[in-house]
Amino acid sequence: MDFISILSIFVMACFVGYYVVWSVTPALHTPLMAVTNAISSVIIVGALIGSATADSPVAKYLGLIAVVFASVNIFGGFAVTERMLAMYKKKERK
Amino acid sequence: MAPGAIQHMNRRPLTTLAALCSFTLSAPAYAAGGEGTAVSPWVSLAYLVAGVFFILALRGLSSPETSRDGNRFGMIGMGIAVITTLVTHDLANIVEIIAAIAIGGVAGFVIARRIKMTDMPQLVAAFHSLVGLAAVLVALAAWLNPGAFGILDANAQILTVSRVELGLGVAIGAITFSGSVIAFLKLNGNMSGAPIMLPGRHVINLGVLAGILGLIAVFTVSPEGGAGQGWLFLIITILAFIIGFLLIIPIGGADMPVVVSMLNSYSGWAAAAMGFTLSNTAMIITGALVGSSGAILSYIMCKAMNRSFISVIAGGFGADTGGGGAGAVKIDRPWKRGSAEDAAYMMKQAESVIIVPGYGMAVAQAQHALREMGDLLKKEGVSVKYAIHPVAGRMPGHMNVLLAEANVPYDEVFELEDINSEFAQTDVAFIIGANDVVNPAAKTDKSSPIYGMPVFDVDKAKTVFFIKRSMGGVGYAGVDNDVFYMDQTMMLLADAKKMVEDINKNLGH
Repeated sequence: MDFISILSIFVMACFVGYYVVWSVTPALHTPLMAVTNAISSVIIVGALIGSATADSPVAKYLGLIAVVFASVNIFGGFAVTERMLAMYKKKERK
Repeated sequence: MAPGAIQHMNRRPLTTLAALCSFTLSAPAYAAGGEGTAVSPWVSLAYLVAGVFFILALRGLSSPETSRDGNRFGMIGMGIAVITTLVTHDLANIVEIIAAIAIGGVAGFVIARRIKMTDMPQLVAAFHSLVGLAAVLVALAAWLNPGAFGILDANAQILTVSRVELGLGVAIGAITFSGSVIAFLKLNGNMSGAPIMLPGRHVINLGVLAGILGLIAVFTVSPEGGAGQGWLFLIITILAFIIGFLLIIPIGGADMPVVVSMLNSYSGWAAAAMGFTLSNTAMIITGALVGSSGAILSYIMCKAMNRSFISVIAGGFGADTGGGGAGAVKIDRPWKRGSAEDAAYMMKQAESVIIVPGYGMAVAQAQHALREMGDLLKKEGVSVKYAIHPVAGRMPGHMNVLLAEANVPYDEVFELEDINSEFAQTDVAFIIGANDVVNPAAKTDKSSPIYGMPVFDVDKAKTVFFIKRSMGGVGYAGVDNDVFYMDQTMMLLADAKKMVEDINKNLGH
C-alpha cells in the first residue's frame, strides 16, 4: 500500500475515534482505558512477524519478548475490562 | 531469499475502499501463502475487519448495556488479527510463538483476576508501559530484519518513509514505556507523588526532544549499513527513554488522571507508527482510535480541573496528599461537629440525599458500607443519588467502577452536569472523601488556585454532612473550604469507613 492510502486510513480513523470516544459514557471511562489498552496491543502483529522469521536470531528473540508483553496486555486488558463491566448493574425493579 | 521478493508483501495496491470492493473471489494473482509470496487481498481485508471490530468495541461502551458486547467485539478483532498474521507467515517458530503467547496470556489473565479495583490506575499505567516496550522491540526487530517486515526498496535499503516511521515509532514507544513506569511508581506509592523539579527542566526537555527529532532526521537520510546507523537508532531509543522519564517526574499526584490518559494516547500513537511501517490497517485504525481516546480523556480531565494541558505537562502542581505541615490551614472560624446519630436521624427524615464520594472514600475502603447506607435509606423511602466529579478518582471514571464494584446500580450514579442543579432542592448532601470538588471558592474566589474548576453546589443543600479525618487537613490544592463553616454543615470527623458503619448501626434501629 502506498503511503498516501495508509495516511488516508489513519486520518479517517482519527475522526472515527474522535466521534466514537465522545459517545462513550463518562461512567465507563475506566473500562474504556482498559479496553483501548488491550486493543493497542494489536502491535502483537508486528511482534509475530518479527518472531516468525528465521533470518535474524536477534530480531526473532526481540519479537518473541514483544509477543509476551503484548499477550500480557491482550489477555489482561480484555479480562479486566470484562470483570469491570460485569459489575455495572441496573437498579432492580421491584 | 532476495529481499526484493519479500518487499512485495504488504505493498500490494490495496489503495482505496473502492478498490477493496472491486476484488472478487477469483483474483488469481493473489495466491495466499507464506513469506515471499504476494499478499492476498483477503489478508488485507481480514486486518480491515479486525479494525472495524475494534471500532465496534469502543462503540459498545456508549452504554453499560452494550458494553459487554463491545468487549467481545474487541476480542474477536484481536483474534482475527493474530490468526491472520500467523497463517500468512512462515511458521518456523510456531512452538516458541505459542509458548510466548501462553506465558504472556496466563500472566495477564492472573493479574486481571487478582487486581483490586482501587489499584486500577496503576494496572493501566503498567499495561501502557508494556505496549510502549513492545513497540520499541518491534521497531528494533524491524530495523534488524527489514526484509521480513517488507520495508526494503529495490537496492535492499530500508525505505526512507519507513525510516521516519521506525524512528518515530521507537521514540514514542520508549517515551510511553519510561513515562508509564514513572506513573506506575507514583500511583503505586513506590515513589512520592510530589513533583520532582529539576532546575532548567524545560530547557533540558526541549533540548532532548529537539535532539531526538534531529537524530531521526539524520537516521532517515544517512546511508544504509555501517555501525553508525545502528548507534543512531540506539541513541534515539535511549534519549526517548530519558525524555519519558523527565516528562513525568515533575508532574504531581493530583494531575495523575491527566498523565494516565496522556500515556494511553501515546501508546496508541506508538501502535499507529508501527502500523505505518507494516502497512497494516488493523494497527493503524487501532492506533488512531486509542490515540484519540487518550487525547480526549486528557482534555476532559484538564477541563474538570480547569487546568491547561500545557500547565499539567509543565508540572509542579499538587505537592502531595493532604498538604500538611506548613500548608495546613488555621482553623479560626466556628464549625459544628456532628455525630453518627445526628447523621442517621437527619437522613432518615430527609426526602432526598445526594452522596458525593471522593478518592478518600476509596482509600478508606468505605464503598461497601456506603452502599449499605444507601440501601438502608432507600428502605426508609429516601431518594438516594450519587454525584461523581470527573476527577473524583485517580483516573477517568475510576469512582464509577468503585461504586459499581460495591453493587451501586449505575442508574443511581450521576455526572456533575446532570445532577448539579438538584442540590438546591435536596435535603442532605453527604460528602465522603471529597474536598476540592465541593469547594465554593472555585466559583467565587479569583485568587484561589482552584478558581474556575467546575464544582458541586453542595452549599445549596439544606443540610451538609462532611466526613473528614480531621479539621486540619486540606485537599490536593491546599486551600480552605468554606463549606466546613456553613450553618447547615455538620462535620463528621472520623475514618470514613468507621463513620459510615456507625451511621448504618444507627439507621438499623
